[in-house]
Amino acid sequence: MSNKMHIKLNVNGEDHEFLAEPRELLIHTLRERLNLTGPHVGCETSHCGACTVTIDGKSVKSCTMFVAQANGAEVTTIEGIGSPDALHVLQESFREHHGLQCGFCTPGMITRASKLLEENPNPTEEEVRFGMAGNLCRCTGYQNIVKSILAAAAELNAVKEAAQ
Amino acid sequence: MKDEVQTREDRVAGLKGLGCSRKRVEDARFTQGKGNYVDDIKLPGMLHGDFVRSPYAHARVVSINAEAALALDGVVAVITAKDLEPLGLHWMPTLAGDKQMVLADGKVLFQGQEVAFVVAKDRYVAADAVELVEVEYEELPVLTDPFEALKSDVVLREDLLGDGDTLPDGAHGPRNHPNHIFTWEVGDKDATEQVLSEADVVAEEMVYYHRTHPCPLETCGSVASMDKVNGKLTLYGTFQAPHAIRTVVSLISGIEEHNIRVISPDIGGGFGNKVGAYAGYVCSVVASIVTGVPVKWVEDRMENLMTTAFARDYWMKGKISATKDGKITGLWCHTTADHGGFDACADPTKFPAGFMNICTGSYDIPTAFLSVDGVYTNKAPGGVAYRCSFRVTEAAYFIERMIEVLAIELNMDAAELRRINFIRKDQFPYQSALGWEYDSGDYHTAWDKALESVGYEALRAEQAQRVEDFKAGKTRKLLGIGLTHFTEIVGAGPVKNCDILGLGMFDSCEIRIHPTGSAIARLGTISQGQGHATTFAQILASEIGLPADSITIEEGDTDTAPYGLGTYGSRSTPVAGAATAMAGRKIRAKAQMIAAYLLEVHDNDVEFDVDRFVVKGAPERFKTMKEIAFAAYNQAIPGIEPGLEAVSYYDPPNMTYPFGAYICVMEIDVDTGEHEIRQFYALDDCGTRINPMIIEGQVHGGLTEALAIAMGQEIAYDELGNVKTGTLMDFFLPTAWETPNYTTDHTETPSPHHPIGAKGVGESPNVGGVPAFSNAVHDAFRAFGLRQSHMPHDHWRIWKTANDLGLHG
Amino acid sequence: MIPAAFDYYRPNDVKGVIALLNEHGDDARVMAGGHSLIPMMKLRMAEVPHLIDLQDVVALKGIAIGGGRITLGALVTQHELIDHDGLAQTAPILRETARQIADPQVRYMGTVGGNVANGDPGNDMPGLMQCLNADFTLVGPDGERTVAARDFYEAAYMTAREDDEILVGVSFDAPKGGQAYEKQKRKIGDYATAAAAVVLTKENGTCTSASIAMTNLSDIPVFSQDASDALIGTSVEDNAIRAAVAAMLKDIDPVEDNRGPVAFKQHAASIILTRAIKSAWDRA
Repeated sequence: MSNKMHIKLNVNGEDHEFLAEPRELLIHTLRERLNLTGPHVGCETSHCGACTVTIDGKSVKSCTMFVAQANGAEVTTIEGIGSPDALHVLQESFREHHGLQCGFCTPGMITRASKLLEENPNPTEEEVRFGMAGNLCRCTGYQNIVKSILAAAAELNAVKEAAQ
Repeated sequence: MKDEVQTREDRVAGLKGLGCSRKRVEDARFTQGKGNYVDDIKLPGMLHGDFVRSPYAHARVVSINAEAALALDGVVAVITAKDLEPLGLHWMPTLAGDKQMVLADGKVLFQGQEVAFVVAKDRYVAADAVELVEVEYEELPVLTDPFEALKSDVVLREDLLGDGDTLPDGAHGPRNHPNHIFTWEVGDKDATEQVLSEADVVAEEMVYYHRTHPCPLETCGSVASMDKVNGKLTLYGTFQAPHAIRTVVSLISGIEEHNIRVISPDIGGGFGNKVGAYAGYVCSVVASIVTGVPVKWVEDRMENLMTTAFARDYWMKGKISATKDGKITGLWCHTTADHGGFDACADPTKFPAGFMNICTGSYDIPTAFLSVDGVYTNKAPGGVAYRCSFRVTEAAYFIERMIEVLAIELNMDAAELRRINFIRKDQFPYQSALGWEYDSGDYHTAWDKALESVGYEALRAEQAQRVEDFKAGKTRKLLGIGLTHFTEIVGAGPVKNCDILGLGMFDSCEIRIHPTGSAIARLGTISQGQGHATTFAQILASEIGLPADSITIEEGDTDTAPYGLGTYGSRSTPVAGAATAMAGRKIRAKAQMIAAYLLEVHDNDVEFDVDRFVVKGAPERFKTMKEIAFAAYNQAIPGIEPGLEAVSYYDPPNMTYPFGAYICVMEIDVDTGEHEIRQFYALDDCGTRINPMIIEGQVHGGLTEALAIAMGQEIAYDELGNVKTGTLMDFFLPTAWETPNYTTDHTETPSPHHPIGAKGVGESPNVGGVPAFSNAVHDAFRAFGLRQSHMPHDHWRIWKTANDLGLHG
Repeated sequence: MIPAAFDYYRPNDVKGVIALLNEHGDDARVMAGGHSLIPMMKLRMAEVPHLIDLQDVVALKGIAIGGGRITLGALVTQHELIDHDGLAQTAPILRETARQIADPQVRYMGTVGGNVANGDPGNDMPGLMQCLNADFTLVGPDGERTVAARDFYEAAYMTAREDDEILVGVSFDAPKGGQAYEKQKRKIGDYATAAAAVVLTKENGTCTSASIAMTNLSDIPVFSQDASDALIGTSVEDNAIRAAVAAMLKDIDPVEDNRGPVAFKQHAASIILTRAIKSAWDRA
């Protein structure tokens, strides 16, 4: 058995320090060590995106990252994207446009979509479909997910415009 | 009073009842990552289980040595069949009346079969220990082809040989070969053969519906917690039928049913995958009993695809006869059903091939015969209804292919052939030749609406031009127009003919109205994304006149919910939805008496109006349901006991028969085999529509699963029985990029026997979608002589079709 | 799917990496984004007792364009390739190729170095690097050396890189003329059924230079000199394309897998190459 490593992570703005085997997968760190069970394990081979989190500004499938690799990083999970009192526009939009059914892919979807809209605030439908292609959903057929993201983009832009 | 300025329409809208696109109450927690799925459950001291699995598809297990694994720090136990045998748990009953090994008992019958269960302090140690368990195998000849299996000397199930010269019967009657499971026959064989022999035209074809898998995004898992102090077992798991699981666990473990609490938490998609009972569930229970602490088992994706619950794998040989004008006279089908190593199909007991006898479809076929032979092979067991009622998608695919083949044989337009053979509106209720009574339908209206919506005539003209252009070398793309008119049979079902393991397939709802006019209702079903918490509240809101927003729906906890058979086969709305309405009506009946008392009139002098009872002819005199609820608890009313509660167990008088007309327009690249969905139109008739938004979402999702199945998704084996499609690289799940936009539409033909006329919709798009996509592929090549090619229509198979037709020059 | 335990190292310079490779020999593997290696480790198909994470080796990062030459550090990600405006100007084929690799999340992690050094015939960058006639820079205990991309691949997962070397970057002349990367795949995230990289130049309607390479159609990426030559001096009319395709077919050696049988792959390769040539010619 390998030695445990001293790991530092900032997750959703909170610092965490602990000892872990380097092989511990980040998704398990988040779910089991930090009790952030929003990100899910769907495929384990980096195809489904249910485990998507944001790490140092990148959308990453946390089932395919060792905690050792993430040492020192800033991580945002669905739990850090909005709160009950201040939902992210995407969270409201997914509800409004029925962009989810069983909810299992939803945290990864929203986390990924938030990054997509950060990088491309005015996506076309094709850009949304391309930018979300790393996240699988088995329930919705994507049509309402795409609709939710496009509507969220429009709303975020309207808010921005109003602020200017 | 505020009420007085509200119009009746306002009051109806305020309820958010039937027919409105109410936003889902489930979404708040799911969008915030606060769902509670089985792998989210963490109990104090919980251990983790993991399986040692067979790398071979057929082998004897010579020995198992767990010494090295047990020596690993953190490993608590390694359980094998030998440990389970004294408890009688080394085998378990299947839903189909067969039995299945929990852990390999001397041999393995499919790749990935469970051989030993390792229990350790965490999943990392468990995985390390799995590697250390040494298993010695002696390989045996492998059978992956059901037709070969029926001829082979290789016996897969020695346990079913008996000791004499004659083969003992199986659960469904006589067996004619050691690898044969059952023969099931429906309809009039002689009459059908006679009709076929005398017909003007007979089209004959072999239609294969390949093996695939429901593959919900969440895999299967369980957490068992045996409380030895109180003698109570709590079992959390991915169960589409929690009450049935409780009864089964009780029967096989000997723990009394009141000491077992089964909880289905949030379920990350089911699609039939989570109907069955799996070795992992049993092993987690045994391990918790042995260790006295909670034990979690969650399969990984590869285990999911390889071992729990395949779907389809039906070889359907068909003959359909017609007059030269196209009037269908007879249908004959023989199906060879590949069930894998154990018969674990999830079908009602009396239906070993499910409702495959709905295979006369939407057509008035006077004479028909169906026979099905089940076969053992060295593949995983399962045979679940993957987003369909039992074997209904196989039946729909079969008849919708046979219609197309007949159209070719008759040189007729396939839309017209359907139209002249539809069961007419005035024929309902309709007795089918294979024994069903279709409740209601208006197929011609739906069909005409669909054809008109897509501009069918213009599409055919465009297609004809495309064929000319192709022949002239101006294009390498063909145009396919995929037609389907499907009829489902859902809502199992009447207890008189539907049970699973002897458990009648009724369902239930229990309602408790609170004094302040809000309510909780509990049901025997369990949502896996269908939005029950939203829609069942809508049914109730319309029935009892309290706002849906004031009604909590709870499912999945067997300690609190009334007994029910769960959610699959589109049975929730037809059965539990009906129970909900009926329980609501009981509430209303009592409320009527209370209202009459409060209004000082006779019971019959008040009538229900949206959210209140009013005095007939004097609408200004009323009591709202909210007021009535308060009075029910707080006012002494002579002759009426306090409280306002009701329970209903609903045994449906019949199934429901949703139907739909789907049209897919597809471009096919003859050279690469790639396709593009240009248009997909889906008209569904699911009777009364409870929540149009949710219906549309169900249709989008089911169509996307159909797209996957038709165009690429399969569980494929090599000749040694190795699974070739064990990860999501090879098992096709479309992304947003490969998925088109769909156009949805509807007609509304209520079910005459359902309390609110609803029929169920979740599975229609899969049942109708697969033939629509597949027919589009076939239709594109019809002008070049294609009659039948097998799914999935992935790039190379479409290329091969084109190549076989000589389209590559 | 849980990987076996390993020791983890995160050196911050190339020297440190080489020292670790020296110390642990075969038992050590370097990892960039990890999206090829980690799934293999989770499936326990790759045994890695000592894992060397390159993420802190700053020297392996960055995109340099100058003097007609482009240099990509081994740790440049597919996402950066897509996002880089300078590259979009000087070598648009890089963006076109990178967009067809994996999916958005994987492209944030997947690197040029990992993609070319791994030797997986399914990877797209090796084929592209054949087409671009890139040089791979390797550093080992004896210092730095350069190996032509076209000499680098020996067999599936077997390359000219020694066990104690790492690939630090790739460089190539900015491609001139028209360029195209065409890929047929079953879905987003899949390897190619067939893919073709084409760069060619056009002068007065005549093809003056051409370079053609194919992906996932042999156990190594295939640069086809004969296919390239078949276009030079022609006006890239149908006959010339047919000749190039015929030459390419002699150089590939596809195997049957879930994507289809050999005959299909040959056909798909022909079509994809034809499209890539036409597209590059249109852009030239």
